[in-house]
Amino acid sequence: MKSKALIVTGVVIFFLIVLFPFWYMRGKAAPVPEVELTPKAKAAQKCVRSTEYMKAEHMQLLDVWRDAVVREGKRIYVNPEGKEFNMSLSNTCLDCHSNKAEFCDRCHNYASVRPYCWSCHIENPKEKS
Amino acid sequence: MDSSRRRILRLFGISALALTTRPVLNAFAKEEQTTGAEVVIKEGAKSLKARQWAMVIDTRKFESEADLEPLIEACHKIHNVPALQNKNHEIKWLWGTHYHNAFPGKAARFLAEKVEHRPFLVLCNHCENPPCVRACPTKATWKREADGIVFMDFHRCIGCRFCMAACPFGARSFNYRDPRPFIKETNNKFPTRMKGVVEKCNFCAERLAVGQLPACVEVSNGALAFGDLYDPASEVRELIRTHYTIRRKQILGTEPSVYYIV
Repeated sequence: MKSKALIVTGVVIFFLIVLFPFWYMRGKAAPVPEVELTPKAKAAQKCVRSTEYMKAEHMQLLDVWRDAVVREGKRIYVNPEGKEFNMSLSNTCLDCHSNKAEFCDRCHNYASVRPYCWSCHIENPKEKS
Repeated sequence: MDSSRRRILRLFGISALALTTRPVLNAFAKEEQTTGAEVVIKEGAKSLKARQWAMVIDTRKFESEADLEPLIEACHKIHNVPALQNKNHEIKWLWGTHYHNAFPGKAARFLAEKVEHRPFLVLCNHCENPPCVRACPTKATWKREADGIVFMDFHRCIGCRFCMAACPFGARSFNYRDPRPFIKETNNKFPTRMKGVVEKCNFCAERLAVGQLPACVEVSNGALAFGDLYDPASEVRELIRTHYTIRRKQILGTEPSVYYIV
């Protein structure tokens, strides 16, 4: 037990390093991003589903859409209100949400997710046309 | 001492149990919410249907490569097919070739001059017995039950190129590089592809779904006919009945759905 002081110092340094992200960022959490809606999205008022649903489940919704369109050839989505939508990321979602940087990216960066939808689907149907 | 330890452990146990109840309750509450909504997924009302889509190409109406150009242009433009100059990297959905390349085994030593110099439009044959589908390890390509189109799921393609090796018609191309910089005019309504996936003609499934004929058929001025192979009254069957037609590499038994009037 002669090296007790040494061990304690070692443990303290170990915890300091391991907990670095916590004490370094203490009290200054990254602000929750605010997404911007395009005028078109604002005018529509409601997305395919409710805002809460879209916030939490849009990835599952898109997954269902993809499978329905590509694997089953079904392209029309009728939401609970009875409104019909063409199930297309490029032509339906990104038609309203044509501001990828201010809408999609802000949240995705905050949540540190990197979906590769846009390596094929054209991100801004209006701008490039 | 003993009894107090036991008491503390019990306290911990109960607290842990109490902590787990809330998430469980939340999960139940959420499930009820989502199942309450009624969502319908269906086909478009205008979509065209067939048991097996087929094409008849009247090759007599194409005299030179220039006659094929508008058709290829229309196809490649709406599907964002890149124009890569390097032959090894080329992406082709629809292209022209010589008789002896399109129909090897059918080319005699000496041929009618017209046939020898005529360009033949070739594309995916949407075989009834497609070897590419059997080769695919991920089911990224499959034969659609509904209309016989040999379809590609670019999301699922891992780029192994087994399908390209299996296809006897060379109808599939591989994206060796990112195709985006090589697309002249991007059609925003159709996705591009990414590096590492295979692509080919899809018989314009996205157009059939909204009641339009394939783009090449539309701009062909009647040189191409499109319809259901199993509908005796269809235009393609009428043409097959009244003209002598050939198919590519029929001997292989893949049952191509593209017929050629020579």
